Amino acid sequence: MGGGIAAVLVSASYLLAAFLFITGLKRMSSPVTARGGIGWAGAGMVVATIATFFTPDMSNIVLILVAIALGGGVAWITGKRVAMTDMPQMIALYNGMGGGAAAAIAAVELFKGEAHSTMVLALAVLGGLIGAVSFSGSLIAFGKLQDLIKRSFRFRGQNVVNLALLLASVLVGASLVLAAAGPVPGMVTLFFGLALVLGVTMTLPIGGADMPVVISLYNALTGLAVAFEGFVLNNAAMIIAGMVVGSAGTLLTQLMAKAMNRSLANVLFSGFGDTAGPQGEVSGSMKPIDAADVGVMMAFAQKVIIVPGYGMAVAQAQHKVWELAKLLQERGVTVKFAIHPVAGRMPGHMNVLLAEAGVPYDVIYDESEINAEFDNTDVALIIGANDVVNPAARTDKSSPIYGMPILNADKSRNVIVVKRGKGAGFSGIENGLFFLDNTHMLYGDGQAVAAALIQAVKAL
Amino acid sequence: MIDGFIALYIFMLAAFTGYEVIGRVPTILHTPLMSGSNFVHGIVLVGAMVALGRADTTLELVIGFLGVALGAGNAVGGYVVTERMLEMFKSSKPAGGTAGGTAGGKKH
Repeated sequence: MGGGIAAVLVSASYLLAAFLFITGLKRMSSPVTARGGIGWAGAGMVVATIATFFTPDMSNIVLILVAIALGGGVAWITGKRVAMTDMPQMIALYNGMGGGAAAAIAAVELFKGEAHSTMVLALAVLGGLIGAVSFSGSLIAFGKLQDLIKRSFRFRGQNVVNLALLLASVLVGASLVLAAAGPVPGMVTLFFGLALVLGVTMTLPIGGADMPVVISLYNALTGLAVAFEGFVLNNAAMIIAGMVVGSAGTLLTQLMAKAMNRSLANVLFSGFGDTAGPQGEVSGSMKPIDAADVGVMMAFAQKVIIVPGYGMAVAQAQHKVWELAKLLQERGVTVKFAIHPVAGRMPGHMNVLLAEAGVPYDVIYDESEINAEFDNTDVALIIGANDVVNPAARTDKSSPIYGMPILNADKSRNVIVVKRGKGAGFSGIENGLFFLDNTHMLYGDGQAVAAALIQAVKAL
Repeated sequence: MIDGFIALYIFMLAAFTGYEVIGRVPTILHTPLMSGSNFVHGIVLVGAMVALGRADTTLELVIGFLGVALGAGNAVGGYVVTERMLEMFKSSKPAGGTAGGTAGGKKH
């Protein structure tokens, strides 16, 4: 790499970009400044991208511009068009793209087969492995959330297979690093093939309920891969931004796993949602109720707690639900929203939707804040939530979700469950709450049901 | 030039920075923040540009091209999604009854 004024300017721009990224992330971590945060980070990205064109010895400029226009254009259109409810899988998709890009950088470097120090080669290989796993794994996560892949695939000894794949990729990777005459192209291809397959087999068996944790993990992994490839390319902006995301993402992943009372190892290596094992018997029957009765029940209640879940997101019911809540508030009913940390497909998923509908923060409570209040609540209205209110998490040791902190909706005087049909939840676990004496089922699409409840309350 | 130990120092300090920045974040911001950090590692675009900029053989050109396209997708998609998500934190009044999908909430 030549020196010169251009190189200095590029480095200075990267320094500025790193500063803007960190400032942006810092601002995004407080509700007051969050909106501006993305602007700071975005400015950093623009500065870094423009500066890179002035890197010494750059050719293929036209190809670069075409690739940016292509990738950026597709992402712009899909990102603008996608519904709020589908955000989680889009994050998975864009994250996978980043992992793929990191793997591509590693691949170009390795195929070039230039002489590098052992450390540079090792980091190139490691970043390539992580990036490729994050790429194929994120695509599977996207496919699952988008319902392109319906079931969790499990087979005997999948952990052994995954371990074998990991070992094989590490061994082939090590051979690339140690090869005296530089990496052999055939081995490079084999290496990336193994890594891509590993990402697929690692992610396929993981149940839908664990997807938030997995996406967050892949996000952190992509950050790491970017940092490692940044070292290979001698690029400070990539090292800093990648590493910041790597550690922040790891912390975020831990917070999420903790909220579900599951260790990361548990998420990755256990067959969650596999209902084949012996589970506690669920006795009793589900009692249907109609919207008019529920309307009366809520209108004359003192306190109503609404528990939203993924079903509310699917039905786009958040606006109607908030309208219903306001109507009840006008009648003097205390209405609160209880949000489980992992309700929906991502932590904070429900908060985002409720914010979209205009629900103020001060009526939204998280699990630890509100759990004691269910005891003196007249009606708990559960809209499209399932596993996060399943009492089996407290009582049934054989249940896969045993030990996960849940919302104690079953303790309120009346529980109304709004649900589309009688099936088990996304994780495939039977929910004893639906069969309790104080529980009634209100079948229907979340939005239609909320509209019916609004009519029922208005008619009084 | 960043070599050996200097790089390790940067790795370490950046790791602590990430940890501290995210440290005490309310649950409500977890998804936007994950999305925001997803955008930030879109900086990989820059590296892919350099890789493609120095590619010689057809194979390197193809992989480099894919890398830049994917990196640009990461950066642009990450930005758009994060921006739309954070947009909603602005309004304190419901902006209208239509379901999600339309960006650009009313300024208030």
